[in-house]
Amino acid sequence: MTCIEARGLRKSYGKSVALDDVDLRVEEGRIVGLIGPNGAGKSTALHAMLGLTSFDGELKVLGRDPWNDRDALMRDVCFIADVAVLPRWIKVSQALDFIEGVHPRFDRSKAEAFLAKTSIRMKSRVRALSKGMVVQLHLALVMAIDARLLVLDEPTLGLDILYRKQFYDSLLNEYFDGRRTIIVTTHQVEEIQDVITDLVFIQHGRIVLNTSMEAIEARYAEVMVRPEHTEAARALRPMRERQVFGRSVMLFEGAPREQLQQLGEVRTPSIAELFMATMGDKQEGTR
Amino acid sequence: MSALNVAEERSVALPERAALQQHATRPFLWLVRRELWENPSIVVAPVAVAAVIVFGFFVAAIRFSGKVFISVNQDPVGAIAVAMIPLFFVAFALGITMLFTGVFYSLDALHSERRDRSILFWKSLPVSDRETVLSKLTVPMAVLPIVTFAVALSAQILIFLIENGAMLAHGGSLRALWTQLPIPAALTAFLYGLITTTLWYAPIYAWLMLVSAWARRAALIWAVVPFFILAIFEKIAFRTHYVVDLVKYRISGGFLAAFAQDPGLHQNRATVPLSDLTPAHFFASPGLWTGLVFAALVVVLLIRMRRYREPI
Repeated sequence: MTCIEARGLRKSYGKSVALDDVDLRVEEGRIVGLIGPNGAGKSTALHAMLGLTSFDGELKVLGRDPWNDRDALMRDVCFIADVAVLPRWIKVSQALDFIEGVHPRFDRSKAEAFLAKTSIRMKSRVRALSKGMVVQLHLALVMAIDARLLVLDEPTLGLDILYRKQFYDSLLNEYFDGRRTIIVTTHQVEEIQDVITDLVFIQHGRIVLNTSMEAIEARYAEVMVRPEHTEAARALRPMRERQVFGRSVMLFEGAPREQLQQLGEVRTPSIAELFMATMGDKQEGTR
Repeated sequence: MSALNVAEERSVALPERAALQQHATRPFLWLVRRELWENPSIVVAPVAVAAVIVFGFFVAAIRFSGKVFISVNQDPVGAIAVAMIPLFFVAFALGITMLFTGVFYSLDALHSERRDRSILFWKSLPVSDRETVLSKLTVPMAVLPIVTFAVALSAQILIFLIENGAMLAHGGSLRALWTQLPIPAALTAFLYGLITTTLWYAPIYAWLMLVSAWARRAALIWAVVPFFILAIFEKIAFRTHYVVDLVKYRISGGFLAAFAQDPGLHQNRATVPLSDLTPAHFFASPGLWTGLVFAALVVVLLIRMRRYREPI
């Protein structure tokens, strides 16, 4: 079933265009990484899906119009935002009480079980928690909700590497069940490399790449070219070339593997490499 | 191992998800409770004011009661009037506290959630903007009057007990206190005062909430300054004072409509006789109904605005 369907999605703030005619379709059960430079429109896209901002064009999330149907939609959707949005005055126990009181699909015992594994105490106020603990708390609250779509907007921003690793481990091992859909934006692309099933690049409000991770293996290859083959490799028109320890590393799209293997060691490029190849140069050019 | 593999393995291992489990919710109740968590002053302010008055009266009763209560045998009427003063005073002070608390609560009601970005959290829960706005309106319109009445009643009971103690300590008779204090009438007048004031001030609370939803900062300035500017402009341009009159009417008109005489002016007796209550006059007052209509329109606007509200 389709989780998110956007057609001709547009949003502008005054003269600046945040989303420019975005078409996007996300099936249920996928983990989508939405990647783009600052100001590319990632957060705007997520906010539109969550009913937090108005938009032009067509957008359906789980069959609902998020802008006009936000409160009903939120029974099936959870959201963790970039910086902590939990109110600083709330106590952990109050947050549990409140969500239990308003959310029909919140399982308090699950949240408590998750919190028991952390050093977060029920009587603490959010303002007394460290940033990592606030994200843990929010994750505990969200994981206890039996939702169909989880939206994560830079969830690990400002966290140290331990918390970041834990965050995605918990998400995959304790939350994701193959039916839920997760959409995540992050600048730390390497940390979601092994997490996502689909990759969407967004730049200047437009989607510039939308692919599954399997398709990346088939479509892109990175070759550490042996010096004697440098010219031959360039003739195949790499998307991008960079130097590592004096050797050329080239990124190819759609080039036959057998041919590439003769030029040097071939591997699947990382998301970061693809990001640079797809958007790095254009981004420079616009500045 | 990629996440896709994890997903596949897990979906095989897991049994079919049971029909989504749901439990009953009471969003409105929890929204109002949430307001009390965020704004403890709703309860703390009246309790603190009442505690100070009761304690002050307790000290005064120990120090001065000999002079006051001992005379009850010579002048029972005067003694009753004296006994009535603190009971009236605590109610009056808590009424004023209620207004201040209501004003500052309303000015912050739709501002704090934008200021601390928590609006993104509240909006990520299945709670409608209408429930949210109405829950916030419920605080000055219902929670504050109820809390004020409850705290005032408790404080009055304590004061009454202190008076009994002072009377006993000086060999007086409790009979006058228990039979002659016009307590039912005083409580009725107080409750009536709370209800009429709250209804009359509904458009003020609504206006303050509108400013709190609209202003990016300095909500208090935005709430007050437009009236100053309008009044000054009107004075200079037309030499009239409709704006000033309107503000005055909104602030004091309710008392004038609800009570035959302004109770605050009664220095000679610390009670309001029931004959001073003029509910027919109050509920027939056009100022009440225009105010309520204005408040209702603002609330409709607020519900619509909340959908567009974002962190500031």
